[in-house]
Amino acid sequence: MKRIIAKKKYCWILIISIALLSNLSNLHAQSYKNAQHHQCLKCHSNQTYSFKNEVTNKEVKRLMNPYYILDTIAMSAGVHKGFDCTDCHSSEYQAYPHKSTLKLDPLSTCLDCHGGDEAFASYKFDKIQEEFKKSVHYKVYGDNFSCSKCHNQHTYVATARNSSNVLEIVDFDNKMCLSCHNDMKKYNLVAGHINPKLVQIHSWLPNQELHFSHVRCIECHTEVIDSLMVSHNILSKDKAVKKCVQCHSSDSKLKASLYKYQNLQKRSEKGFGSAILTNSSYTIGTHQSPTLKLLSIVIFLVTLGGIIIHSIFRILKK
Amino acid sequence: MSATHKIYFYPVWLRVWHAINALGILILIITGISMQSDMDSNVIGFNMTVNLHNIAGVVIFVSYFAFFIGNLVTNNGRFYLIKMKGFFKRPIKQGMFYVWGMFHGEKYPFPLSEKRKFNPLQKYFYVLVMYLAVPVVIVTGLALLFPEIIIDKVYGISGVFMTAILHSAMGFFISIFLIIHLYIASVGKSPLENYKSMITGWHHV
Ligand code: HEM
Repeated sequence: MKRIIAKKKYCWILIISIALLSNLSNLHAQSYKNAQHHQCLKCHSNQTYSFKNEVTNKEVKRLMNPYYILDTIAMSAGVHKGFDCTDCHSSEYQAYPHKSTLKLDPLSTCLDCHGGDEAFASYKFDKIQEEFKKSVHYKVYGDNFSCSKCHNQHTYVATARNSSNVLEIVDFDNKMCLSCHNDMKKYNLVAGHINPKLVQIHSWLPNQELHFSHVRCIECHTEVIDSLMVSHNILSKDKAVKKCVQCHSSDSKLKASLYKYQNLQKRSEKGFGSAILTNSSYTIGTHQSPTLKLLSIVIFLVTLGGIIIHSIFRILKK
Repeated sequence: MSATHKIYFYPVWLRVWHAINALGILILIITGISMQSDMDSNVIGFNMTVNLHNIAGVVIFVSYFAFFIGNLVTNNGRFYLIKMKGFFKRPIKQGMFYVWGMFHGEKYPFPLSEKRKFNPLQKYFYVLVMYLAVPVVIVTGLALLFPEIIIDKVYGISGVFMTAILHSAMGFFISIFLIIHLYIASVGKSPLENYKSMITGWHHV
């Protein structure tokens, strides 16, 4: 009896400590929500910030660098919401003006936490890194092109994995590319030059708008590998898919990329059959359906055969 | 009727429509098939193929109006009316002639005259093609040209998917029609006789 009570006690201690620990992460998230009271966000979530200039002894108001303004709503929904600023940035940033030498401290990279860790094994961060190193982004900009150029570490949400809506996945993923490729100010910051307009470059693409909202840029601009959820080897422009049939055919590229996720969900939700039907919509014409394709070939051959036999009789019976 | 009797079956407007239509449909079939299949060696390239298909499609759309109105306002339309009497019997008789009778010296079962331009079987095919297949292919084709207007989902199946299937199934039907049409046109007094008629307008009975 005593042993059982003692066991129960340990159980409670365990439960309470788990509850406390998980609450700890919530505490930080709370502070994102009350940005005005957050040591960092009271400045970094606003267009302007005020401080007392110790030299002139005056209260001054300054403009915040727009790239240092954080979206606290998106942050509290992001995958890293459990962290506080100083978990990644030096705690010395808590003093203002920030010490200039802090800039020289290296920040942790994504792989410092995510690489080689069993907890993140299913995300295959190391394989992603390997693929990324082959991409144009890495080839041209080297280590300066960090993961965060596309995956905003402050607000990131793993949409492709978790969303059940293809259009949402498309929208989220495309915004990653468009945040630079459709914003010449930002593009210029990375590339040092501006880029021709996207709409013009893609003017050859029929139904451009529809394509842009229904498939992701990476569908055509990456080399797809089966072992990764999202291919990270972004190819140079000349290697992009330009042939409609590469998607619009029975062995569509999309099956291995975008519809990989939908397949998984649809199959569990509605059963296999409807998944196949709804998922082949990218194929052109009757060839979307193998049965119709076969039928059309048979009808064609029968017609041709009939005509040939008829002609032979016509010649013989002349 | 004498052997040299001639009937003016194909007025100019019909011949012009038919020529434009034939050329347009041929282009549509070739470009259409090439879009479905992974033709790497496609000489003009995929973009050009799509453009050509679109342009030819619009030409066919416009020329269909010419045919439709022509058949309404001229006498030509009456050749397309189907009689209920012998609805199955008459075309079967014509079919039997093609597979049996014509090889056994039988007489043409439905001799052509000012009142009868098409034999019953031919009439059915022309009506199916001109009043069903071509309109459906035009409507679905226009819808695919502006896919925004297509209903998103019909019973959980993509509307674009259904439209595309219907479009190419009808396109396929027209292709099969064309093959048979071309071949059957060679069954006449001489193999080239009917083709000549479609150019001159005059048919020798
Ligand atoms: C290279 C292509 C074609 C050739 C050489 C051709 C040839 C002919 C010939 C010789 C005739 C007159 C004899 C007959 O009625 O059987 C004819 C009539 C006709 N053809 Fe074609 N044809 C072609 C394509 C087409 C196509 C693509 C269509 C429709 C989609 C079509 C529809 C018709 C119709 C409706 C008539 C009857 C017109 C009338 O007299 O009211 N033809 N064709």
